[in-house]
Amino acid sequence: MRLMKAALLGAAVAAAGLTVASGAQAQNEQFIPGLIYRTGAYAPNGIPFANGVADYYALVNERDGGINGVKILYEECDTGYATDRGVECYERLKGKGPTGAAYVNPLSTGITFALTEKAPVDKIPVISMGYGRSESRDGSVFQWNFPLLGTYWSAADIIMQHIALKEGGFEKLKGKKVVLVYHDSPYGKEPIALLEQRAKMHGFEFTPMPVTHPGVEQKATWLQIRQNRPDYVLLWGWGIMNSTSIKEAAAVGFPRDKMFGVWWSGAEPDVRPAEGGAKGYHAAMLQHGAGQFGVHADLKKFLYDKGKGVAKYDETGEVLYNRGLVNAMLGVESIRTAQKKFGNKPLTGEQVRWGIENLDLSAARLKELGFEGMLQPLKVSCQDHEGTRAGRVQQWDGAKWVVVSDWYQSDDKVLKPMVDAAAKKYAEEKKLPVRDCSKES
Amino acid sequence: MLYREAGQFKTTYGADQQIFPILQDRIFVLAVIAAALLVVPLFASQYLYTEILIPFLILSLAAIGLNILVGYCGQVSLGTGGFMAVGAYAAYNLWLRVPEANNLIVVFLFGGLMSAAVGILFGIPSLRIKGFYLAVATLASQFFLDWLFARVKWLTNYTPSGSVAVGDTSAFGWKIDTPMERYLFILAFVVVATVVAKNLVRGHIGRSWMAIRDMDIAAEIIGFRPLRTKLTAFAVSSFFIGIAGAMWAFLRLGAWEPLAFDINRSFQILFMVIIGGLGSLLGSFLGAAFIVLTPIVLNQLPGWFGVKMSTALLSHLEFMVFGAMIVFFLIVEPHGLARLWAIAKEKLRLWPFPH
Repeated sequence: MRLMKAALLGAAVAAAGLTVASGAQAQNEQFIPGLIYRTGAYAPNGIPFANGVADYYALVNERDGGINGVKILYEECDTGYATDRGVECYERLKGKGPTGAAYVNPLSTGITFALTEKAPVDKIPVISMGYGRSESRDGSVFQWNFPLLGTYWSAADIIMQHIALKEGGFEKLKGKKVVLVYHDSPYGKEPIALLEQRAKMHGFEFTPMPVTHPGVEQKATWLQIRQNRPDYVLLWGWGIMNSTSIKEAAAVGFPRDKMFGVWWSGAEPDVRPAEGGAKGYHAAMLQHGAGQFGVHADLKKFLYDKGKGVAKYDETGEVLYNRGLVNAMLGVESIRTAQKKFGNKPLTGEQVRWGIENLDLSAARLKELGFEGMLQPLKVSCQDHEGTRAGRVQQWDGAKWVVVSDWYQSDDKVLKPMVDAAAKKYAEEKKLPVRDCSKES
Repeated sequence: MLYREAGQFKTTYGADQQIFPILQDRIFVLAVIAAALLVVPLFASQYLYTEILIPFLILSLAAIGLNILVGYCGQVSLGTGGFMAVGAYAAYNLWLRVPEANNLIVVFLFGGLMSAAVGILFGIPSLRIKGFYLAVATLASQFFLDWLFARVKWLTNYTPSGSVAVGDTSAFGWKIDTPMERYLFILAFVVVATVVAKNLVRGHIGRSWMAIRDMDIAAEIIGFRPLRTKLTAFAVSSFFIGIAGAMWAFLRLGAWEPLAFDINRSFQILFMVIIGGLGSLLGSFLGAAFIVLTPIVLNQLPGWFGVKMSTALLSHLEFMVFGAMIVFFLIVEPHGLARLWAIAKEKLRLWPFPH
């Protein structure tokens, strides 16, 4: 009986808590939710990213006193990379702050797919920087999705361009064998359509090979690779899967310099566990690479010298940390853009959506923000929710990432028809209205 | 004092055989349903609907399905996630390819029926293999179905990522869109399904399942045909699980990939059945509530009390406390939460004058 009482009491406390979840809030604050992961199989990659995001918001608050005086209120929620848990986090956080969530970064392609369905209803834009649905760059159908800086189709195209350049032109790819080792989820499957298209165009043999979540068991895949002897292996992994792939490649003797990872397979936690085995491994870059730039000086001055940073200062130049900074900066600048139209006050998701769609970062502005050398100028529009399609390739020299290529632009002659077809199919399947971008200012 | 059946005389067989022979039980259950139907919509927030009530109800239905198979018929299954996926993808393909069938009730029943058919198929080996060996065989079905939905492109309508999405859901012209509408629709479905399940398990079919569960050779000798009995259990169980899968996909997720129905889902529902109570429909609900709510509550509890904690520590604590709670409940009452409820009722009968 005592037990029952305790259980009932516990249930009552829980129920009370569920209904009274939000307390008093300060009025001049912009709420931004953080769907991140610091636990689980993807934590090694999730942690530096989450640190970068948190530090940048803190920096804006410390250095500038917020965005034009509107303080950023940031709250994290650990999704563990699981879709249902991510949706729960989103539902929990979306209504907080005086105006609700400004935008959401799902940091998982699976969660992005789920939130894509919710965004138009809740009127909260989804920024999936460098991930998510490739066709969602078409703003006429995907009004609320912003795969800023690049989609997986762009990434795959940039890698293929780099390979073609090394081989001496796309026509030299004829008869070559390309294998894609991918995380068996929407994330890993995204590039397949583009690579199949490129294979058809240039006559190379393309084989996708899935690896099941979380990707620690890949012996069978790499045995197949050893038998097939492909010319190139593309890696679309995340978390522990990346380092496992590189270790397996070393074990079967596949040359690492013929291995190309996507930008989510090209950070320090991916190569360090493989130690010497990772030397020579290539990865695409989501524009920025590792290293310290203008913004890092501010981070040191305003956060780390005062002991307010969440990471260690030595880690602030890492690839994924920098990506967190870029991600947060694009969000903050979108809010700033929206403030020009709607006023310097906390904005709703719908107003911020306008801000993202009209985001225009010139080289001068990027320099001012301390991101010179990390990003190229970008301009988002109704037609193009990606903003830019540029990327480079980097190589791990055993101790650090070295940029080994010039800038590439993914080929819109190939991508655009695919994006249009996929977006059209989505709109038809879901019976969605299509916006006419020529009528938008 | 209040909970006592003294003075409630049964004068017909019908009255004696009803689902809740005690008046107080009847009133209580009807009050719960009425509250869920009428009171909840008055105050519930969107978060309460989409993250607490809807997952709870759908997974309760799946747990009822699994409880029929494991709790009533004694056939251990680890393929629940796979059967949910069959329901979800069958429903999706009907919804996509037959526009005339754009009615959630039709779509869900179709998902359930397809799942039942697949369940029968994978139930056939149960005649020869028992216990843990059967669990391993159903595990194979889980992996096969996972593979099927990830690889056969037609089933996912050739989407590049393998993730499918649904929209424009309605039933008989009623557009089921807002969280409240979804909740009410699911509630109605679950209530009807529970009544059906209750009547099945207390009728001759359910008795034949329990006979097989308790001793299959004895059951065969007294005249139950093991193959038919076991296969009906697989069919009915998969039917409910399939409907739950279709609901999970259509009304909870909206867009999903095969990963939503992976092996972890199977384990989750099996744990609901074990913690809630094998062979108890009430246990299915209690187990689902425990498994769905506890992690969410644990994750938010420090925040409600104003305790600031790092996100990582919070997640780790959630895992540890949740695990400890499962161990605690299984030690205190190995027969599950439903048994605790039954003990409470027994005590209530004697209250306030226990011997």
